[in-house]
Amino acid sequence: MPVSAFLVLAGVLFAIGAVGVLISRNIIVLFMCVELMLNSANLALIAFSRALHVVDGHAFVFLVLTVAAAEVAVGLAMVITIFRNRETINIDRISILKW
Amino acid sequence: MTLDVAIFFISAIVAVFGATMMITVRNPVASVLYLLVSFAAQAVLFIQLGALFLGVVLIIVYVGAILVLFLFVVMLLNLRGGEDLGQPSRPMSRFSKYLIGALLLVELVFVIRGSAGGTDQTVTGMMGPVVETFGSVQDVGMLLFTTYLYPFELTGVLLLVAIVGAVVIAKRETEREAAQKKQLVEERGHSSEEKVS
Amino acid sequence: MAEYIYLVPLFPLIGFLINGLLLGRLPRAAVNFIACASVGLSFIVAVMLFFDLRALPEGQRVLEQVLFTWIPSGALQVNIGFLLDPLSAVMILVVTGVGFLIHIYSTGYMSHDPGFGRYFTYLNLFTFSMLVLVLADSFPFMFVGWEGVGLCSYLLIGFWFEKKSASDAGKKAFIVNRIGDAGFLLGMFIIFWQVGSLQFTEVMAAAPAVFAAGGALVTTVCILLFVGATGKSAQIPLYVWLPDAMEGPTPVSALIHAATMVTAGVYMLARSSVLYTMAPDALAVVAIIGAATALFAATIGTAQNDIKRVLAYSTVSQLGYMFLACGVAAFTAGIFHLMTHAFFKALLFLAAGSVIHGMSDIQDMRQMGGLKKYMPITFITMLLATLAIAGIPGFSGFFSKDEILWKSFSSSHGHILLWIIGFITAGLTAFYMFRLIYMTFYGKERMSDEVKHHLHESPRSMTLPLVVLAVLSVIGGWVGIPHVFGVTNHFEHWLAPVIAGPHQEAASHALAAAGSSAATEFLLMGLTVVLVLFSIFGAYMLYKKRPELSTSLAQKFSGLQALLVNKYYVDEIYGALVVRPIVTGSVFLWKIVDVLFIDGLINGFAAIYADISQVARRVQTGRIRSYATVFVLGVVAMVGYFLYW
Repeated sequence: MPVSAFLVLAGVLFAIGAVGVLISRNIIVLFMCVELMLNSANLALIAFSRALHVVDGHAFVFLVLTVAAAEVAVGLAMVITIFRNRETINIDRISILKW
Repeated sequence: MTLDVAIFFISAIVAVFGATMMITVRNPVASVLYLLVSFAAQAVLFIQLGALFLGVVLIIVYVGAILVLFLFVVMLLNLRGGEDLGQPSRPMSRFSKYLIGALLLVELVFVIRGSAGGTDQTVTGMMGPVVETFGSVQDVGMLLFTTYLYPFELTGVLLLVAIVGAVVIAKRETEREAAQKKQLVEERGHSSEEKVS
Repeated sequence: MAEYIYLVPLFPLIGFLINGLLLGRLPRAAVNFIACASVGLSFIVAVMLFFDLRALPEGQRVLEQVLFTWIPSGALQVNIGFLLDPLSAVMILVVTGVGFLIHIYSTGYMSHDPGFGRYFTYLNLFTFSMLVLVLADSFPFMFVGWEGVGLCSYLLIGFWFEKKSASDAGKKAFIVNRIGDAGFLLGMFIIFWQVGSLQFTEVMAAAPAVFAAGGALVTTVCILLFVGATGKSAQIPLYVWLPDAMEGPTPVSALIHAATMVTAGVYMLARSSVLYTMAPDALAVVAIIGAATALFAATIGTAQNDIKRVLAYSTVSQLGYMFLACGVAAFTAGIFHLMTHAFFKALLFLAAGSVIHGMSDIQDMRQMGGLKKYMPITFITMLLATLAIAGIPGFSGFFSKDEILWKSFSSSHGHILLWIIGFITAGLTAFYMFRLIYMTFYGKERMSDEVKHHLHESPRSMTLPLVVLAVLSVIGGWVGIPHVFGVTNHFEHWLAPVIAGPHQEAASHALAAAGSSAATEFLLMGLTVVLVLFSIFGAYMLYKKRPELSTSLAQKFSGLQALLVNKYYVDEIYGALVVRPIVTGSVFLWKIVDVLFIDGLINGFAAIYADISQVARRVQTGRIRSYATVFVLGVVAMVGYFLYW
């Protein structure tokens, strides 16, 4: 198996995640799309790590996982607060950023 | 077709299928479950690439913890897919977004090809054998606690801050706090009215 | 010695700061004490400095103290520095001495006014500014004091600002002074342009080398400076503000509008005497304006019925005398008259204030009369001051006025016509002053019963300054008894090092023609005295013996009477010629140019931007997905750029 096959797969998953961010109106799904994009990057990192025979990529992946976990924790807390105050998870309705 | 190739293609198809379904279904619960499927397939690919430790971590942390957290929130908010998500986007707008995604994919493929220059055997060529311990817990741990000790410790701080932040943000305010806030708002409104008059 | 000079203005400044910052929080007694003590302390320092200065050898009586550089701007170096020489020593003695007495007087006069804190704050600020004016060692720093006293004058004229006439008078004083200040500034600019410095010592030392004597430039400088002086010292054509300034409290009129501030112009001329002696044409202008003002204001003074207005026109007239003296290059005589005038005019105002205080704020002399027996101290002191201003031999005014008249006749810059004008004015002065005395203190008691019931002599705090000033009015002139009486003129001798002028020339002249000129001087002196006595007799006849005569006389010359009562209609003429066109022009500029054109232009641009922004704000939808779309599009574009270019 060539490493480039894994890289292309990572690119496909990344693109799917990006499209998901653009089209989803549910804020939780949007979050999951971001997770998907992060993980596709992880896949690419591991693939390169394998190709170059160095383990440093694994360390990066480990750090990315931690950051993703932290992001999810804070992000979901915000989702809960927003839902509590505005009774919606439709991000088109959460547009007060304009003012 | 060796076993290796078969595992890759099956996993890849499952991963892409899961991701696609995740962004298309309406029900958030289903979405989370499809993402779970996709992640599981990706964990298989991790292990295939020799990242044994990270594959297991992905299963345990992502599938076991984070996605459960998503599921938990979906359940908490009692979302069933019937929520008001407003008017669906116009087909033109939807199509343009797919187009942007496709463009991005094409570009990424070109980047992969270009970065390898099509000649680098380490990327385009078949993967060679690796040492037995590659990607083992010992191997990654060694690296994390020596070369990357400082970033590793920082992630600990990051997680702590994230926990505190999540608690503060999501905390429901007590009745006393709410009363105080209300009083404050009333006072301000009162004084501003006075100014106007 | 020199290092104490700054204390003189510092004390009133401290008093101003304490009273001003704690305004309304201090009890009346504390305010009074701080105000009087600060001026009293600076008077003590001034006396000490005077004796220090006297102890120095004659040619070296100049003390300078530079505290720090205020404006270090290239060639222009302006210091916060003080210059103490015989001239400024005289001035600080007058300012702090008379000022101290007037502060004490004010404690009595303002004892019923709720605004006493504000009053004393302003008064201390005024004293500080005036001391800065006379002690400054350069034109710009002097200008600071010059503007400071102008500000205080404005504040104190409009002290009772709830009265429209008072606030109007304040504004008038301020605006008229501005016109003069413009002249002062321009004069200063030319000096700096030519000399490259504004320090008095440097300018006066360099002037003979820089300016051609009698040249157009130095004449321009002198006339511009004199324009400044006409504003501050109320000379034709800018005298109109001073009579209106009588809206302020009477002690203020005494301090600012009689004794000190209005004499700043005379001081400035004396300070620049080196320049003036180099410009005979400018001197002639000064002399003519001074003489004309003296006569003009004296004639108006004869027909006024408001006791303070009579004194105001008298002040204008006496200031005219001082400028006449300066105009004939007899700066010493001008300063001498400044000093004696400060004594007796301050006394006159304070006595008038005492009368007004006793008369329950009535100022019209037609409602007074017979006050002699109710206010004996006020009467005696005021009579002494009147004798002094009228020029009865022996009193201070006699020596200074006679000095001026003699110099206007004998000086190389003098002229017989100037003497005649001064001579007539002396008669008029005696006439209107005794008219005031007779109308106020003698004759029938014309006030209402209620006023009469309250009639009383003023409290001790008011009469004490009157007595002190009366003594000074009598003996104050003895320091400057002219040579002709066979004694040394100490005052002239004292000022000689500072004042440029035809000293040597005059001295030799006097020696050469000693015989004949002494006889002439005695003759002229005798003539003046006779005229003064005659005028007093006239006033006695018209206002004491046969009051009906004055009314019939007024009816006979009703045209002239109306002209005088209405002050030659100068205010009306200025109103029509200057004020009205400016107001009309300003309204045009405001309504048409400013509101329509400038505001329209600015608002138009603002409206255009507002419209554009209405369109542009649509870019900001506030929707996360549209932002994300743009974001991803940007990533695509950038990756594309790096791939293909």
